Amino acid sequence: MTANLGKDLTGLEHLTPEQIRLILDTAEPFKEVSERPIKKVPALRGKTIVNLFFEASTRTRISFEFAEKRLSADTVNVAATGSSVSKGETLVDTAKNLEAMRIDMVVIRHPSSGVAAFLGQRIRSNVINAGDGKHEHPTQALLDLLTIRDKHGKIEGLKVCLVGDVLHSRVARSNIWGLTKLGAQVGVCGPHTLMPRGLEELGVKFFPRIEEAIEWADVLNILRLQLERMEKGFIPSLREYYRVWGVTPERLERAPRAITIMHPGPMNRGVEIDSRVADGPHSVILDQVTNGVAVRMAVLYLLAGGRPELADAAKRGAE
Amino acid sequence: MPPKSERTILLDARAMSRALQRMAVEVTELAHGTADLVLIGIQRRGVELAERIAKMIEKEEGVTLPRGALDITLYRDDLETVGPKPVIGETRLPVDLTGKHAVIVDDVLYTGRTVRAALDELADFGRPQRISLCVLVDRGGRELPIQADIVGQAVKTVPGDRVDVQVEELDGRDQVELVR
Repeated sequence: MTANLGKDLTGLEHLTPEQIRLILDTAEPFKEVSERPIKKVPALRGKTIVNLFFEASTRTRISFEFAEKRLSADTVNVAATGSSVSKGETLVDTAKNLEAMRIDMVVIRHPSSGVAAFLGQRIRSNVINAGDGKHEHPTQALLDLLTIRDKHGKIEGLKVCLVGDVLHSRVARSNIWGLTKLGAQVGVCGPHTLMPRGLEELGVKFFPRIEEAIEWADVLNILRLQLERMEKGFIPSLREYYRVWGVTPERLERAPRAITIMHPGPMNRGVEIDSRVADGPHSVILDQVTNGVAVRMAVLYLLAGGRPELADAAKRGAE
Repeated sequence: MPPKSERTILLDARAMSRALQRMAVEVTELAHGTADLVLIGIQRRGVELAERIAKMIEKEEGVTLPRGALDITLYRDDLETVGPKPVIGETRLPVDLTGKHAVIVDDVLYTGRTVRAALDELADFGRPQRISLCVLVDRGGRELPIQADIVGQAVKTVPGDRVDVQVEELDGRDQVELVR
């Protein structure tokens, strides 16, 4: 059994299905911790974790911070603005300086793809990717997987369609890796200009029209339309995007089955998703947020433990 | 070739049933009745044992006893040495423990570290009036100043021995063995 994640979590691409299931199964009991009157367990007492955010983030940063605090770790938040980063210090220097203060883990978000893995190779601390450029956002995909598994009782065999800007989305990329590894069928739907090449090689179906995606899917994971895409000419206008691609109750009504609605947030209501859908009976959007804390607790817990060289000695003395 | 381990039966099904009966009576005596009593089993086999003892008390006294389950994995002090335990069991405490008499039930008492962790965890759920400890087997070898209030069977062991508790619900039979 691969009861080990290694040193870093940089993406789902290189994880085995067993490792992904290990994280999801470990997240399960952590849900209950957040329901306790005292929402805290001492598992990571004495660990120091730095949240290094080079990009704006509310949900992900707060979710990580709650996860860290509920495990009793000590946390420090570093944002790019107002730190030595804005004075021209390199990323590795920033991280090495933090490490000189004896930290144990770094959670990093950065606009450049591949930064998390790059950093992980250069520092001793555990590195967790909280989103790197267009590359991956593994904990988001893990919480999506957990939410799908909660709702449907399984992932294997389900049809999950990612809708919208797949090209620029690290959430989509991590979801495609995670879903395919766990045996789901994955579809994508959105404007041609926002679709990456080479999806067929991963076994991903392309739906040119939202109606076809709705006809096919059990789950729609509706990606956020980044508004700056419009300025760069990928889409003509927000109104037109809503008219052609927007997920509306009228469109969902024609579906042969009830479709689970997901969105990684923040939502543009009335653009990629209609408010009546976002707040509707099949929306699990807020469950995703709740599960985010549990999944991040599981990842922190699994990465923090497991020093195999000590484990053997300890097991000999254990009960 | 490793030496063949020797298995000695400490309690067979009937002896285990008698021990649990006696423990149930002792729990009621210790708590002077059942008014504020809560039985809390430690995952995994402590949960089954707590359930059995609770049923015996309920039958004898004609009451309904609240019971809970505690997984102490996240309260252990050895994450760095033994590594994360991948499957963490359920923790479920159905009532507010404040003012109650909580009886922790576990299968084997050895170093005392599990009980230390359980006491820490219970403190995060409220302030019981009293906490007692009830174990099926006390095998000695304490590393902390912790003792059980109620013991089904005490047995002398040396480090390296294993006390193997099997319960019908999980293992298909009731039996306690010493593996040496």
